[in-house]
Amino acid sequence: MATADIHITEGGHDHDHDHHGNFWTTYVFSTDHKMIAKQYLLTGIFWALIGGTLSVIFRLQLGFPDADISWLEPLLGKWITEQGKLDPEFYLALVTMHGTIMVFFVLTAGLSGTFSNFLIPLQIGARDMASGFMNMLSYWAFFLSSVVMFISLFIETGPASGGWVIYPPLSALPQAVSGSGLGMTLWLVAMALFIVSQLLGGVNYIATVINMRTHGMSFSKLPLTIWAFFLTAVIGLLSFPVLLSAALLLIFDRSFGTSFYLSDIYIGGEALPNQGGSPVLFQHLFWFLGHPEVYIVLLPALGITSEVVATNSRKPIFGYKAMVGSMLFIAILSFVVWAHHMFVSGMNPFLGSVFMLLTLIIAVPSAVKVFNYLTTLWRGNLRFTPAMLFAIGLVSFFISGGLTGIFLGNSAIDIQLHDTYFVVAHFHLVMGSASFFGMMCGIYHWFPKMFGRMMDNRLGYIHFWLTFAGVYMVFFPMHYIGIAGYPRRYYSFTNFDTLNSFSDLNMFVSIAAIITFSAQVIFIFNFFHSIWRGRKATANPWESNTLEWTTPVVPGHGNWPGEIPKVYRWPYDYSKPGSKEDFIPQHIPFSMTPESNLPHENEMIKLEKEEGVNVVVVDDRKGH
Amino acid sequence: MEMTSDFKIIEEPKKTLSMHPQKFALWLFMITVVMVFAALTSAYIVRQAEGNWLVFELPQTFWYSTALIAVSSITMHWAYLAAKKDNLDMVKVAIIITTILGLLFTAAQYHGWKVLAEEGYHFVGNNVSVSFLIVLVGLHVVHLVSGMIVLLVSLVSTFKYKVHSKNLNRLQMCMTYWHFLGGLWIYLFIFLLLNHN
Ligand code: HEM
Ligand SMILES: [Cu+2]
Repeated sequence: MATADIHITEGGHDHDHDHHGNFWTTYVFSTDHKMIAKQYLLTGIFWALIGGTLSVIFRLQLGFPDADISWLEPLLGKWITEQGKLDPEFYLALVTMHGTIMVFFVLTAGLSGTFSNFLIPLQIGARDMASGFMNMLSYWAFFLSSVVMFISLFIETGPASGGWVIYPPLSALPQAVSGSGLGMTLWLVAMALFIVSQLLGGVNYIATVINMRTHGMSFSKLPLTIWAFFLTAVIGLLSFPVLLSAALLLIFDRSFGTSFYLSDIYIGGEALPNQGGSPVLFQHLFWFLGHPEVYIVLLPALGITSEVVATNSRKPIFGYKAMVGSMLFIAILSFVVWAHHMFVSGMNPFLGSVFMLLTLIIAVPSAVKVFNYLTTLWRGNLRFTPAMLFAIGLVSFFISGGLTGIFLGNSAIDIQLHDTYFVVAHFHLVMGSASFFGMMCGIYHWFPKMFGRMMDNRLGYIHFWLTFAGVYMVFFPMHYIGIAGYPRRYYSFTNFDTLNSFSDLNMFVSIAAIITFSAQVIFIFNFFHSIWRGRKATANPWESNTLEWTTPVVPGHGNWPGEIPKVYRWPYDYSKPGSKEDFIPQHIPFSMTPESNLPHENEMIKLEKEEGVNVVVVDDRKGH
Repeated sequence: MEMTSDFKIIEEPKKTLSMHPQKFALWLFMITVVMVFAALTSAYIVRQAEGNWLVFELPQTFWYSTALIAVSSITMHWAYLAAKKDNLDMVKVAIIITTILGLLFTAAQYHGWKVLAEEGYHFVGNNVSVSFLIVLVGLHVVHLVSGMIVLLVSLVSTFKYKVHSKNLNRLQMCMTYWHFLGGLWIYLFIFLLLNHN
């Protein structure tokens, strides 16, 4: 750790021409935050495709339980039974890996990794992250973790199958399900590496936001994206170590024979030696991470969309302080609600009611955020770019998914709803789809800064509408299926008389899922095609205020060829009355905009004149 | 970031607050370690409250190891003060003594485990209370080993004249981390004493 170095030299020299790196140092072992962001993005897209494919396979099983799927044999091999059916244990593996991949590898690493890395230095006015080296380590730890997790998909005994929440004893005993053998070991190794990667990344994000802001970039002038990334990193720093502890004890139980989580287990009539453990303990530890984790996934998406909504409404964000405040409040509350995932675990009902109260309080800042979005959109000069549409899509999912959270948060109602498709519908809307839309929003919006070209708008619209409609077609029916009592993670419902009334709805959901997934091909095509063939971008195509748009079309190493711009105003001076343009970027001083200044802003200029000094040369070279 | 820049122009934006980035990162790292142990000690309490919890004597050696690590914090501080006065030989001696104390501490912890094992308390097979104790002690030792590696790195840089009164950052970080590890053990020890009857 002590070897991490900071290479930042201010001043105009040698930043405008690229450093003479070879292929390896430029594209592979890069310490440049923009390259690392792209590495995260591509890895994230790769994982999203894998995770999506897995879900389509198990949706086939759920929608068409009687179909012969032996045509999948070339892909799945022995996991297709002789009758042409999906192996039931492999079904569990698919669900588990889908959850793990989507939550951690796509929406945590893919989302935070891409946008925190890309935007933090660019939006706060820094040449790079606090430690480029640690940043590189972070990506490579993630890469290694990805490799291990990927390998686990192909092993003989199958990948982990105990659900993404890996509850013991299921996850601890290979006798329970074959995926709890080597597959689970690899899962734990991969997640340990993943946590290391997240912590390295998080330390960097926090250190950068706090220490490396450009002149004038006070916390009250930070774009909401940065606030969101910053709080996300703080949450991660406090919660991932807890998952590490939980996993460590699980590793001891699995490989050393301790009994932290295991007790009184009989397999085939024979008692296991483990005595005195508590599986509920694992749930506490897991959800202490698990609930903050859902906000780790969501907050960056909220930050990204706030920025995009303000830019494309050509209006100042409504209630900047309320937005920051509610994110802060959400971040704090996210640590005290974890037991709402455990209402039916047999915990003390009084404790349950405390957690119920705390959980329902979260609805308040969430609602504040929704109103902020809506009031920002209200009577704005809306520009419906694809990014804007995805941002609005997020708001829609956040509302429809958040409402069901209020049902689930009631410990009494949760007795009926827990572990049904209602929960699946809830979190796929509020977390999965909302964050996914936040990520898409970010990609469409910052693509020009990443690659210097524009993505195709028309394809973007088609992608948006298909995905938006698709998400609702997939997840809305699940509410009904859940209320009807369908439990999640069941291989098939055909054997239960009570549970065959919704077969047609399940079929509908599966078809919708396949269509939605296929629609992503449009995005993939648009993305890769535009990298090389897209229309050339200008430096500030969306007429946005934040600092990244003051860089060259494709920022080089060090981001700004000359001095780093200084910041004079907040990032949301859109359509300011009196101003000629409908946007005033953050680096424009008030003395240049007398026509639109407010009285207190004019005060500042007056002081400036009284002092009578015009130029201050700042020597910012840091002593090493 | 020792630069000072006094601005005459009010509208000239203020330099934002900033700290030494590596020291700052070290503090963040220590927070993650705190969270790991906070999780484990909370798990300990939660599990203990469920009953079926074996109570046993803590090995006597933990008192000695506590003394060792407390003294090592003092010698670490001594190294730092010596570096401030550019007394490099003293720095080397102090770092070496600190490292040796660290090794002795590790040995004492190991001895503690052995005493427990001789009394019949094993990591596996007894009550979870024993497993918890061993995980807490063991995980702390793992961190202490990382601390000793940092000590050795500082020692090498002292030999290379990279530690002196004008260049104290590295030694300061080493000291912070070492004090932290000592404090962490003292926390764990008090925690174990309080929760052991
Ligand atoms: C209005 C605010 C919210 C409330 C009151 C709420 C409440 C709940 C409750 C009580 C459960 C447990 C249901 C059960 O398992 O029986 C749950 C599950 C879940 N929630 Fe929320 N939620 C809210 C918002 C969110 C947000 C914003 C996210 C993500 C960004 C989220 C993600 C999840 C996830 C992932 C699960 C299921 C985890 C699993 O069992 O696999 N929720 N929610
Ligand atoms: Cu939750």
